Amino acid sequence: MSAATATHAPSARPAANPARTIAARSLGYAGLCVLVVFFALPLLWLVLTPFSPTPSYRATLSGFTFGNFDKLFANPQTWPSIRNSLVLAIGSSVLVIVLAALAAYALSRVRIPGRDQLLYALLLLSSIVTGTAAMVPIFLMLFQLGIIDRQFGVVLVLSGGLLPAAVFMLKDFVDSIPKSYEESARVFGASPGQILRHIVLPVIRPGMATVGVWALVQVWGNFLVPYVLLSDPAKQPAAVVMYTFYDAGGQPNFSLISTFALVYSVPVVVLYLVVNRRYGFAFQGGIKG
Amino acid sequence: MPTTSPGADSDVVGLGRGRAMAFVAPALVLVGVFLVFPAAWTIYLGLLDYSLSGSGAKAPTFVGLGNYVTALGDPAFTKSLYLTLLYVGFSAVVGQNVLGFLLAWFFRTTRPAIRNTLNVLVLLAWILPGSVVAFLWQALLDRRDGTLNALLGTTDMAWALDHPMAVIIIFNIWRGTAFSMLLYSAALNTVPRSHLEVARMAGARPWQQLRDVVLPTVKRHVLTNTLLITLWTFNDFSPYLLTGGGPDNESEILPVYIYKEAIIGGHLGYGSAISLLLLLANLVIAVVYIRLLRNGSDKEATA
Repeated sequence: MSAATATHAPSARPAANPARTIAARSLGYAGLCVLVVFFALPLLWLVLTPFSPTPSYRATLSGFTFGNFDKLFANPQTWPSIRNSLVLAIGSSVLVIVLAALAAYALSRVRIPGRDQLLYALLLLSSIVTGTAAMVPIFLMLFQLGIIDRQFGVVLVLSGGLLPAAVFMLKDFVDSIPKSYEESARVFGASPGQILRHIVLPVIRPGMATVGVWALVQVWGNFLVPYVLLSDPAKQPAAVVMYTFYDAGGQPNFSLISTFALVYSVPVVVLYLVVNRRYGFAFQGGIKG
Repeated sequence: MPTTSPGADSDVVGLGRGRAMAFVAPALVLVGVFLVFPAAWTIYLGLLDYSLSGSGAKAPTFVGLGNYVTALGDPAFTKSLYLTLLYVGFSAVVGQNVLGFLLAWFFRTTRPAIRNTLNVLVLLAWILPGSVVAFLWQALLDRRDGTLNALLGTTDMAWALDHPMAVIIIFNIWRGTAFSMLLYSAALNTVPRSHLEVARMAGARPWQQLRDVVLPTVKRHVLTNTLLITLWTFNDFSPYLLTGGGPDNESEILPVYIYKEAIIGGHLGYGSAISLLLLLANLVIAVVYIRLLRNGSDKEATA
């Protein structure tokens, strides 16, 4: 319909002036160059400073050294905070995969009454109850349950936030799997338990892996939830501890922060590349903030 | 919601309804306790004078809509609301939306070298952890050694102090444009090439092609994208890591206001009342969004 309008346009319209086209094109390229600078500029610091002998806010390389990394790994807070990040990320990821796979499989294969409404409600919930909007009641709830300042509590909160989207993604995945495998196994007399273990599990494993990596990255980068719920520095993950690398004078310790920022970012970028290459899939959704 | 064809969900494994429900239950319990309950509890908490310290700490009293009256009378709240609208409007609805579309539009005709470079940079800004990018921007904007001052030749410009709102808006455009870019890139692929050919042969200039051929086709994507990025930006806590809401509450958007009132100040009842407003705003956006999705799949089904 829109093409029709275009065809009705007067065909006698003067052809685009070549000088103007060239001007427009160079303007376009200039714009793209400005954008490259705009998007690259903040990243310079992350790439250069960790290797600078005199790290500061300045994003220049006045030499080249790995000394900052030695300082980082000698710092008593580094390894515990990375371990804490791993505990939170792996804990939530495993919990989300297991619970989401069970729910997604049952929702996909069995007509449970009210299923469509349930999925609708889950989709709605996962987008409206964000970490920011629910921080007060969650803080108070964990406080009253006595699991505030416990990593266990943070894992439960983060998993609860990620589960609706995870169930959704996995249900889509299970829906796309033909039922013939399960059917033939059943014909040969396999019990439901055997079918689940030996047929279904191997088939939905790629979907579980994708959702697991997605959950891992979401939790690894989450700042707000552990920041609000964990006050003991010994329990805080890397996202929060990064903000405590200041010396007595309130000056940031650049050797530590720059190297830590790089070490902490690399896994996210690697996982993104792996998932993107294998599944052509982008991270989104879940508790943000 | 896509409706499955009859028989598509027949219980092939012989799980049975009982076991199926047992499979769904653990996930539902976790979602119920840590997502549904907190949201519902917010309604009740928002009606209480409940603080972690002071008179409200021992026995929370019921104050009805008192917290909402207090909020409306508090200039800090109305200012925070205003700043949030500015933040969402300029950084998401206009900034990320327009820039994401322009990038996707230019990517169709630009050389691969430029396209790939820009693509990687925009994606990096999006996938790096929030704590890291906040620090990168502090380094960018630092008064003494910041890259921006070095580049512009300005000395002693404390960008985050002098222009806090502009800083967090531009920061969020940098941070979040990737999503709009990806979505619009996919959307532009759905525009039939033949339609563009016809328009070009009829002598339509690029912007006319854009207006008459492209925009009508991707209208729904624009709406979808705008709703999603509005929702996310509305709930975005990352400006706190850049400016801490300061100086003088000049960049104190609602998430930061809630954090400061409830978690730092201990005014849990009041903080809950404000949180409920945030939840309601999210609900409105999400319902519009899901309606849109449903209508879309219905149309596809009947087509």
